[in-house]
Amino acid sequence: MRRDPGTGRFAPWLLLAPFLAVFLLFTIYPALSSVWLSTRQTFGPGVSVPVGLSNFTSLAHDPSFWTALRNTTVFALGSVFIQLPLSLLLAMLLNRPDIRGRAFFRVVLFSPVLVGVVFVAMLFSVLFEKRTGLVNRVLNGSVGWDLDFPWLDTYVMPALIVASLWQYVGFNMIYFLAALQNVPKELEEASMMDTNAAWKRFRHVTLPAIIPVGTFVVLLSIIGSFQLFELPYILMNGTGGPEDRGLTLVMYLYQTGFQTGDLGFASAIGWIMALVLIGCAVGQRVLSRRAERA
Amino acid sequence: MNRPPHAQPDRSSASGPGGSRTALFVSHAALCAAAFVVLLPFVWLVCSTLRSGPDFFSSMFLPRGTGLFGVAWDRLTLDNFRALFTTAGFGGSLLNSLFLASVTAVLATLVCAMAGYALARLDFRGRGFISAIVIGGLVIPPSLLVASGFRVLFNLHLLDSFAGLIIPAMAPAFGVYLFRQAVISSVPRELLEAARSDGCGEIRAFFGLVLPLVRPMTAAFLLITFLGVWNNYLTPQIVLQSEGKFPLAVKIAQMKNVYYQDYGLLMAGTLVSIVPLAGLFLFLQRDFVAGLTSGAIKG
Repeated sequence: MRRDPGTGRFAPWLLLAPFLAVFLLFTIYPALSSVWLSTRQTFGPGVSVPVGLSNFTSLAHDPSFWTALRNTTVFALGSVFIQLPLSLLLAMLLNRPDIRGRAFFRVVLFSPVLVGVVFVAMLFSVLFEKRTGLVNRVLNGSVGWDLDFPWLDTYVMPALIVASLWQYVGFNMIYFLAALQNVPKELEEASMMDTNAAWKRFRHVTLPAIIPVGTFVVLLSIIGSFQLFELPYILMNGTGGPEDRGLTLVMYLYQTGFQTGDLGFASAIGWIMALVLIGCAVGQRVLSRRAERA
Repeated sequence: MNRPPHAQPDRSSASGPGGSRTALFVSHAALCAAAFVVLLPFVWLVCSTLRSGPDFFSSMFLPRGTGLFGVAWDRLTLDNFRALFTTAGFGGSLLNSLFLASVTAVLATLVCAMAGYALARLDFRGRGFISAIVIGGLVIPPSLLVASGFRVLFNLHLLDSFAGLIIPAMAPAFGVYLFRQAVISSVPRELLEAARSDGCGEIRAFFGLVLPLVRPMTAAFLLITFLGVWNNYLTPQIVLQSEGKFPLAVKIAQMKNVYYQDYGLLMAGTLVSIVPLAGLFLFLQRDFVAGLTSGAIKG
């Protein structure tokens, strides 16, 4: 085979060079060096002293860390057990063959995911206001909700879950819509409204068919939940909120690493988060393998 | 799924005349309610940018008055937008975001497409190893790279520069992975063989043959990257110090601290920040949805 002289042998490396250079320098090297960094105490990016494993041991006794871990976990559970069932329900409604305006509903429900989470936070910081905020006013008008309901003073976690529900419910719905294409065609019209038969069909036909994508969406939700930062950070004006009710792991990482300046301690937090997420990813693989074999 | 259903569909009860019509109606009603809840904040946002001063709190959407539909049309104002681009200096941030997002999107797409093509269709020693580290890169959580990545930027003197934001974002592992899959599924080996035997070099084959064939992925990936950079807050917040370099996300968060009582102004800034994306989305809806959810189908 004839080739351009000079490009044939080097072509793969020429094509890969920009990627490899940047990827090694800005992903692989920082990932590896964060192991080392997590055993140091730093004072800004330039100065550091070795501290062994004391970053990890002090995390174990650090009430702020446990608060952040608890808040992040609550948020993740809220995403998985409130948001995802709603996404699935919407997907099943939209998947009925006789639904009109499917494209319209899909675009509308999907649209908030395009809005950056900072902008969502800006919007909801006003929507969650007491008395004047849209959320309390609409709920007051429709179900007699308390106009003074203190979302951002007391019910920080529910507020975060509601805002993120608004943003992501349609995004997850798109995944479930794709998964529902795996359900045998003739059963597609299984309606949500028929009582017993519909539930049985959901349990034995729909659910098994969507489990592989379903576990993947759960994993994505957990990973996304662990990145939670901007929403509470903006809503709480750069703090953890009253009694740290809105403090998340990434926020704590940001505070210790970039406000206190201890990048070593921040790396230790980063590693604990990484281990939790890797554990979840392994769990997802095992579960979806088992479901596929069954 | 190749698994036989447990029960045959019971068509008579599922689509009986009365039951199914009610069910269909309830389904539509539920979807309309969901769409209403999703759209309401957008409508409120637009209305809130057109109100100023006392009208902001006295009315929920448009100021109440004696005009058509009970709205005081003459009290609507564009002052919020005027203040946004004059006193608040929002225009510079808009340009910063446009620059950062488009440059990063173009570079990342090119870099990932080249690497993805090389890994998919070229034979060379070390291909398996490089594919393995790309897959490894997929599972590295971003939180792990925040602190140590900052040190790399510090050591390279890239802090407080656009380069410090653009360069690290040029090589996302998932981009290479997506393009590798796209090339495998839409660039036939025979076509490349034919081009090579006609004396076409690999670099020319990439630009002339491969890129046009993976166009849908290119469009989708450009959009995802643009969206990701436009909406990113944490990275520019950490990397940038000079106010003149702030993109919209950082700028609006800072404005919230400065103009915390001027809701009209803040909402105008929020609206201006999301409208360009809404425009892009409406134009390129299909690519967007396909791109954002491509992990589910491929992964």
